[in-house]
Amino acid sequence: MAKKKTAPAVAGENAIELQETAGLSQNQIVFRRFLRHRAAMISVIGLLFIVLFVFSAAGLRFGSERNAATTPGWWPYSITDIADMSSENCAEGLVGCPTLDVLPAFIDGTGMGLGKHPFGQDDIGRDYFALVMRGAEQSIQIMLIIGSIGALLGTVIGAISGFFRGWIDAVLMRLTDFIITVPTLIIGAVIGHRVGNLGVTLLGVFLGLFAWTGLSRLVRGEFLSLREREFVDAARVAGASNRRIIFKHILPNAVGVIIVSVTLLMSGAILLETGLSYLGFGVVSPDVSLGSLISQYQTSFSVRPWLFWWPGFLIVAIALCINFIGDGLRDAFDPRQKRRITKRDLVKADKASKDA
Amino acid sequence: MLFVILLGSSFLIYNLAAIASDPLEELRVSSDPKVKQQILVLIRDLQLNVPPPLRYFNWLKGVLGGFVGDFNLGLTRSHESVADAIGHAIPISIRLVLGATILAIVLGITVGIVTALRQYSKFDYAMTFLSFLFFSLPIFWVAVLLKEYLAIGFNDFLADPVLSWPWLLGLSVFAGVFWSSVLGGSRSQVFLKFGIAFSANALVLFLLSETHWFAQPALGPLVVFAMSLGVAFVVTHLSVGLSNRKVLYGSLSVSVLGFALYLPVQQLFTKQFSDLTLWGLFAASLLVGITAGYFSTKIDRGAAIRTTSLVALLTFGIIYVDRLMRTWKSYSETDAINYRPVPTVGEANSLLEPGNYWFTTLDSALHLFLPTVALTIISFAGYVRFSRGSLLEVLNQDYIRTARAKGLTERTVIMRHAFRNALIPLTTIIAADFAGVIGGAIITERVFGWVGMGTLFNKAIGGQDLNLLMGVFFVTSSLAVLANLVADLLYSALDPRIRIGK
Repeated sequence: MAKKKTAPAVAGENAIELQETAGLSQNQIVFRRFLRHRAAMISVIGLLFIVLFVFSAAGLRFGSERNAATTPGWWPYSITDIADMSSENCAEGLVGCPTLDVLPAFIDGTGMGLGKHPFGQDDIGRDYFALVMRGAEQSIQIMLIIGSIGALLGTVIGAISGFFRGWIDAVLMRLTDFIITVPTLIIGAVIGHRVGNLGVTLLGVFLGLFAWTGLSRLVRGEFLSLREREFVDAARVAGASNRRIIFKHILPNAVGVIIVSVTLLMSGAILLETGLSYLGFGVVSPDVSLGSLISQYQTSFSVRPWLFWWPGFLIVAIALCINFIGDGLRDAFDPRQKRRITKRDLVKADKASKDA
Repeated sequence: MLFVILLGSSFLIYNLAAIASDPLEELRVSSDPKVKQQILVLIRDLQLNVPPPLRYFNWLKGVLGGFVGDFNLGLTRSHESVADAIGHAIPISIRLVLGATILAIVLGITVGIVTALRQYSKFDYAMTFLSFLFFSLPIFWVAVLLKEYLAIGFNDFLADPVLSWPWLLGLSVFAGVFWSSVLGGSRSQVFLKFGIAFSANALVLFLLSETHWFAQPALGPLVVFAMSLGVAFVVTHLSVGLSNRKVLYGSLSVSVLGFALYLPVQQLFTKQFSDLTLWGLFAASLLVGITAGYFSTKIDRGAAIRTTSLVALLTFGIIYVDRLMRTWKSYSETDAINYRPVPTVGEANSLLEPGNYWFTTLDSALHLFLPTVALTIISFAGYVRFSRGSLLEVLNQDYIRTARAKGLTERTVIMRHAFRNALIPLTTIIAADFAGVIGGAIITERVFGWVGMGTLFNKAIGGQDLNLLMGVFFVTSSLAVLANLVADLLYSALDPRIRIGK
């Protein structure tokens, strides 16, 4: 077991903790804790980079592939351009290999560079970088839509049933139970099969309509306990309306729970979307998503593995970043969570007390 | 209450699916001259002129008929009974997920506990990262990778079963790092443990590889005996402590008995061996365990019996696995296998001649191998995170400090006071996972070509088959609701502070 801490050491740690949070508001404390969470910060930067890179490369696109509103991106190829198969950088007998070269010249003799088709070409010659970027963009879009609709509905429904209780609560929670009993993949497939061809935006909206159940339960629980607290009584005595109490007094106190579970909802959403598209019940051709790319090219793994690797890497990278951000947020919002006091902190505190 | 929820959710999904599907879609675009008639027939067959909310009650009537012995889930689009189709699919799906779920629970909880005990160590950080990674993996992606590298790569390796030096050293370094970080200690101890684990692992791998063991694996009586003794020590240490000599001698005598019975038992392991004999032997070893536990001590007999029975069962398990391993060589030499024993798709090799119990058992075990690994990887992460958090929570409680202050050993504090209480909240997540795994298996089945519930579901959605879809839904959500009920009951049984109801 870990070494037992002696009483003065514990007192010293508490002092460090207190000193650090002195004069800060709750939000500032949370924000500082989050900034200090290394994995979460790396993930925030990574995720921002991925999102900006993907969206700027492929250009924004809403609606379905046939009927889309688009802005151009910086990548020259689009997903409908069919180029000649290039055998650049390929082993004997292969065409359309990735031309991306990340090793500098002193290791493998050729310099670093993107080449013509950095991610290679698919079997009919389409540029795979363009396909993956578009797929990632669509997947991220669906994820964000599911996340925001789920967050909105979950918070509203949870808040209403937790605050008003009584029959409203009973009705809303039964509805939640009805939806939560059905495995997500089943609901998703039933909906996705129908609206998948209407474009990713609508698919995201419809999936979002069923993604709020877990969050609403959590928010309800939080509201049920917060509404009994003294500060709510005080607000009511001071004449605050229900709306003011919900938005100004209770919601800010429940925001930690909401943010954390929305992040986890989003990482679930991207796995759900890719899974559905893999099964063919989500995004369907001519639209592409990361899941549909994998499903389309999985059979070519033994010959042209790059068609399989890139979309998979992106899914894992996005989901991993979101999960780490969620973990960092949870730690930041958790009032019991104490910062690990390192030896250096103790030395610093010791010195400071001697100086004083 | 649960019944009402089931009613509500089935009503919801029925209407949703009815609105979302269009069984006439294909016919509408068809150019067949008789298309009008076909549409009319279909409308009559599927009662499409009845609005979905009313049609639901028709379906419900069939389900409720189950109470009067007239259960009816309707017919599929190809006029087969839905109940029959599902009846065939359920055992396959359960076979697919059961092993993986149990494995994920056992491994996940073990790793979760070790990470909690070594909080903020390198091992903890590594496992945290790994579980987040596993959490973020799409199962269809993992599955294809496993197929490519684990199955095909391993089969290629078996053609020439000699480990190359980089592999040997790499695996040994991994083993060294793993064991030294799990066991922990001061810096010099860590180095010592690394050295021992590294060299032991390297030596064993070298010998196995040089003797071509991987192509003809077997344990043999002596290794079986050694492993069984190891099991006896570990189990006794974890359950009652090695200082309890009586129980230790009890467990050790079970091991010795297992060794003595090794050869006689082999006479039973014939081609005509059956599951019935297997269960018989299972019961016999349980009986041996209970007897040994009962007579080994007079104090705290319950714990002693638990310990020795576990040792007996595990010893029998090792003997059984040894027999299966010795089937390996002749199995892979059959024409059906042709030296590529790890399969990538299907539930069983149809070319394999039936009649040999060991061949068919090994065959289905090998077919289960890849899906089990994939499913385990996916659900493992949740258990690690959850059990780690739960144990850390418990370790901060006052009664743990009390237990330590009383002077109990660290083993007793952790295994008896902390571990048991940390397990209670896990019942909920286990129940939820078991229900959810059926959903996850939809994708797994597709990748590995199993024909279970997931395939039925895919067929139902793709073929716009409402009755089949409702059948699948009915089974999965009944299971989910049932699992929740069991979890609630278990919860209240395990934690007396919780009372269900008023």
